[in-house]
Formats: sequence, structure tokens, C-alpha cells
Amino acid sequence: MTQASSRRDLLKGAVLGAVAIAPGLTLIAPAAQARPAGSAASAANRWGLLIDTSKCDAGCTACVDACKTEMGLPALDRPATDAQYIRKVDVKDPKTGHQHSLPVMCQHCAKPPCVDVCPTGASMKRADGIVLVDRHICIGCRYCMMACPYKARSFAHEDQSNQKAHNPRGKGCVEGCTLCVHRIDAGGRPACVEACADTGRAAMIFGDLNDANSEISRRLSKQASSRIRADLGLDPAIRYQGI
Amino acid sequence: MKRIDYLSVRAWTPGWLMLMAGSAVIIALAGAAVLFMEHQGHHVTGMTNQVVWGMPHVFAIFLIVAASGTLNVASIGSVFGREPYQPLGRLSALLAMALLAGGLGVLVLDLGRPDRLIVAMTHFNFKSIFAWNVILYSGFFAVVGVYLWTMLDWRMKRAYKPAALTAFVWRLVLTTGTGSIFGFLLARDAYNSAVMAPLFIAMSFAFGLALFILFLLGTATALERSLSLDLLRRMGKLLALFAAANLYFVALQHGTALYMADRGAIEAFILLNGGIYTILFWGGQVLLGGIVPMALLFRSQATRCNIRFASLMVVAGGLAQVYVILIGGQAFPLTLFPGMEASSGFMDGQVAAYAPTLAEILLGLGGCALALVITIVGISAFRILPAALGPVEASE
Ligand code: SF4
Ligand code: SF4
Repeated sequence: MTQASSRRDLLKGAVLGAVAIAPGLTLIAPAAQARPAGSAASAANRWGLLIDTSKCDAGCTACVDACKTEMGLPALDRPATDAQYIRKVDVKDPKTGHQHSLPVMCQHCAKPPCVDVCPTGASMKRADGIVLVDRHICIGCRYCMMACPYKARSFAHEDQSNQKAHNPRGKGCVEGCTLCVHRIDAGGRPACVEACADTGRAAMIFGDLNDANSEISRRLSKQASSRIRADLGLDPAIRYQGI
Repeated sequence: MKRIDYLSVRAWTPGWLMLMAGSAVIIALAGAAVLFMEHQGHHVTGMTNQVVWGMPHVFAIFLIVAASGTLNVASIGSVFGREPYQPLGRLSALLAMALLAGGLGVLVLDLGRPDRLIVAMTHFNFKSIFAWNVILYSGFFAVVGVYLWTMLDWRMKRAYKPAALTAFVWRLVLTTGTGSIFGFLLARDAYNSAVMAPLFIAMSFAFGLALFILFLLGTATALERSLSLDLLRRMGKLLALFAAANLYFVALQHGTALYMADRGAIEAFILLNGGIYTILFWGGQVLLGGIVPMALLFRSQATRCNIRFASLMVVAGGLAQVYVILIGGQAFPLTLFPGMEASSGFMDGQVAAYAPTLAEILLGLGGCALALVITIVGISAFRILPAALGPVEASE
């Protein structure tokens, strides 16, 4: 009880802080405190997203563009081999003609096949549920790309330049959405979520699925949501509404 | 039991040199191709974020699968006690190791980071079937190496039977492992099925025996050693049986998939409207690799020429089969939204285009050349090949 309330106090503080620092820009506070340097990610958290596809426009690519900028992914104009951590998928029901559009990125599965198949353990899941590739021990076998049901990973097909310090990339290694782990560890939220909010649509919310008081958990407890290919039983951390 | 004389092959003869030089050239070209691909990055190959395993993997998987199949000839002689096959045990073991080395060479050199091979050897994720395969492959060399040793060295006679049995079991597990690389891919409609493991075993029996027959015929001609037609026909019949088993599992694979409503699209793609994959499936895999060799080999009067041609067809059909499984299975889009039409800037819902580049093909051929060089060095350095395999009947 005391623990819960103290967390709520902290949250309240964060809300106030965020509003004060950047009024108008960040109306919803980051759901997290920055992780103190040197401390490990904790299984007490499970970071996730809730994406409301009814707010997502087919033409809008704010999240995709923000990701490219944030992660330093240049467009080399080779669509088949260019890295994409997030993409907009347009889905159409052939029977009714109904269409909708949604962003798809690494779903940060609780039971990630990419981690299971990786021979070296380079694909790994952090305690807080974020699935990452350790580029130091990835041998570039691409078995994880074969195994991922969501086509969430890219292979670095060429030499990389202008890399971001928080997203070191290397030719011959596999990479994918990190859920902006560098931002989360600093108490922030993913770049795509922020960009989506900036457009005014706010189709994505980020938060801690393990915290019953987080906005994402509260919404999920009240409203229906689904996962892409829920039938596979991988328990992704990315939830969708309207698919 | 009859005494069998084995003779090593004389090295440095003109023919020997020519063969070695030819292989060396191919290996050198493959090396250049690897340097090119690794230096530029994989974007210069046909491989993409959609088709992540390309032509090199077709060769690698073919060679690895064939390697364990080649060992069957030795097992039939030792584990199953069929005498006519016993003189061929040594060659069978050597060829198996050579093919595996060739296949693994290709596999490793196509990694994004082949320089990190040592990482693959020191970091094991025991949940990964891939990591298990690393162990199975290394173990194969050790187990078959010992087996070969017990055949070469009479002082090791006592270990012969246990070594033969171990090698036989190991090869079955190894091919199960290779098949499971695909069988465990739950999200890919073309693969996720337990039948992949027995299918790969049937494939390995057929491909391995076909390569073995071809090599045997080649050396018999080149070295003018006798090779009985009777033995060849026996092996031919066996090859026909293996080709039939392969077809049977293929039928099972597609038959079960056709029963699952959600597999309808991928089945239609491979069997009906997949363009090159459909052509390769029916024309290459089924007709050339299955029906034609069966028709030739089940005849009791099959000639040497028939047997050679049929073996070649099994190899060609086998390459087509691996291509269809591997590339066809990846070209077909993943289903993220069952029953819906999907499209995106990342090629969702789209059949991926793949065309192998010259560099990829050269790398694959380099693996074959490597296997040949290892085998030839082996039969030159050790007494592997029998001096004669019965009289050559005049029935041709
Ligand atoms: S979406 Fe793909 S890459 Fe991400 S955790 Fe799941 S299996 Fe791994
Ligand atoms: S490409 Fe890298 S991360 Fe993916 S399975 Fe291979 S070693 Fe693991």
C-alpha cells in the first residue's frame, strides 16, 4: 500500500515536472522514472505500447519518420534492403472493403522466437521485457529474421555512417526496434510515441504494463484490445485497438 | 568374408593435377566473391530483408543434407551387414566429411560477420536448434573420423562396430536437427511442421546416395578400376527407393498443409501460381528429381549410363527442392493479418523478388569444389578406394 502510494506520488511529481519543463509539448508525463546509472533493468516493469488504430491515418508517417531520425537510419533508396524498425501497414478487408492503417514494429514478445532461435544469445530479452540485439555477439546468421512472425527485424546490408551514439549499428548484424530503450532508461518515452502525440492524434501510448496505475494499464483494463497474431501465443507488449 | 584390397590414388598425375587446378580456380573465385560480398555488404547480393537466406544457403543445406546421406553406404555395410556395400565404407565416410566441410564453409562465409565464428563457438544458447546444430556438425567430424579410422587401421578393429553404430545414430540426429531449423519456424506457413525432419532425412538419403554413385562412377572411369554393374544396379534400386521416400514425404508435407485452411494460400503459391517456384517444384523436384530417376532405376536392366543420368537428375532435382523450400518459403509473405490484404513500404503482403547473383552462386560452387578437393586429397593420401569392385559385366 505504502509502496503503491509512494509510486503514485512519484508519478504525480513526474507529471508536474514534465508539464513545467515543456508545457504544450508533453502533456502526458513519462510513465517512468529514469533508471539510475549502474542499476539493472527490473522485472517489476514491463514496457509496452497501446496503439489505437482508429486515430491512425493511412497517410501519416510521423512515427516512421521520427524513428528514422532518432535511430539514424538513412534512406538509401533501396527499399528491399534499407533498415526499417517501424513501418505503416495498410490493412484491407477484402470482403467489406474496410481499411485501416497501423504502425508495426518489434512487438517485444514475452516469449520471443527470435531469442529462442539465436545461436549465440545475441538476441535477448531484458528483465523489463524489451527485446534487443547485442551487436557485439551477433554473427549475422539471420535466423532471428526467419523466426520473427512480425517481420520486425532488418539486416544491416552495408557500411553505416552518421550513427547515433545510442544506436550503434554495424554492417552484417541484425537490428530492430529497441522501444527507444535509451529514452526509457532516461525516463522518457519512445520517439514514435512522441511524434504521434505531436501530430495531435496521440494514437500511441507508452507505459508500464506491470503497473496497474499506469495510463496504459488502466485503459487496457477498461477497453478491449488485441495483439497482432495473438494466436501464436507470444504475448507481445504492443497492444492494438481496432484491428 | 572376402579380402578387399584398397589402393590410394596416385597423386600428381596430369589428370589429378587438372582436376585439382580446376577446383582451386573455383575455390579462388568463391573466395573473391566472399571478399566482395563481405566488403560491400549483403546489399550486393540478391538477399534482402524479405529473403534473408539466399543461394549460398541452398548450396550449404544441400551439401549438409547430402553429407549425412552419403554416410548411409557405410552404414548399410556395417550396421545392416550388407556385404556388397562393405568395401565402400571408407569412401562413404570420407565423402560425408568432405561434403559437410564444403557445406559448412559456405554457411559460415555467408554470415554477416564470418569473422565472429569464434563467438559462435563460445556462446551457446541451448534453446537454439541452430546452436545444437553447431554441436552436431562438429561432433559429426569426430564421430565419422573415428569411424573411418577404425576402418583404415586393423588395430582398431574392435571399435569398428560401435563406431559404425554411433555414426549411424549421429547422422540421423544431425539431419533431424537440420530439418528442425525449418520445422521450428512457427510463423512461416511454408515450414512450421514436424514433417520437415523426416522429409529432410529422406532427402539426405537420396541426395547423398546420388552423389556417392556419381563419384564412384567418376573415379572408376578416371582410374580404370573395375566396378560391377550388379553393384551399381543394387545402388540404383536403393536410390530409386530413396527418391520415392522423398516424394512420399513431400506429398505428406503438402497434403497435410492443404487440409489446413490457413495454409491454402502458401500451398497455392508453391503448387499452382508461384511462377519459378511452381516450375521448379513440378518440373525440377518432382519430375526430374523423382519420377524420371525412379523410372530409370526400377528397371532391372538399368545401364551404367541410365544410373549415371538418374543420379545426376536426383542431384539437380534436389537442388531445385531445396530452392523451393528455402527461397519459395521466404518469398511468400508472412501473414500478419489473417484473412486481410496488407501492404506497406516494407513489402508486407507482397511476394518478395529474389534472383541469385553471380557472387552467391560462386560461393555455393566453391563449397562443392572444396568438398571435391578434400575427397581427392583423402583418396590420394589414404587407402580409401577398393582396388576393384568386381568384374565389369559385358551386358552394356
Ligand atoms: S516481434 Fe519479432 S523481433 Fe520482436 S520480440 Fe517478437 S519475435 Fe523478436
Ligand atoms: S542474426 Fe544475430 S541476433 Fe539474429 S539469430 Fe543470428 S546471431 Fe542472433
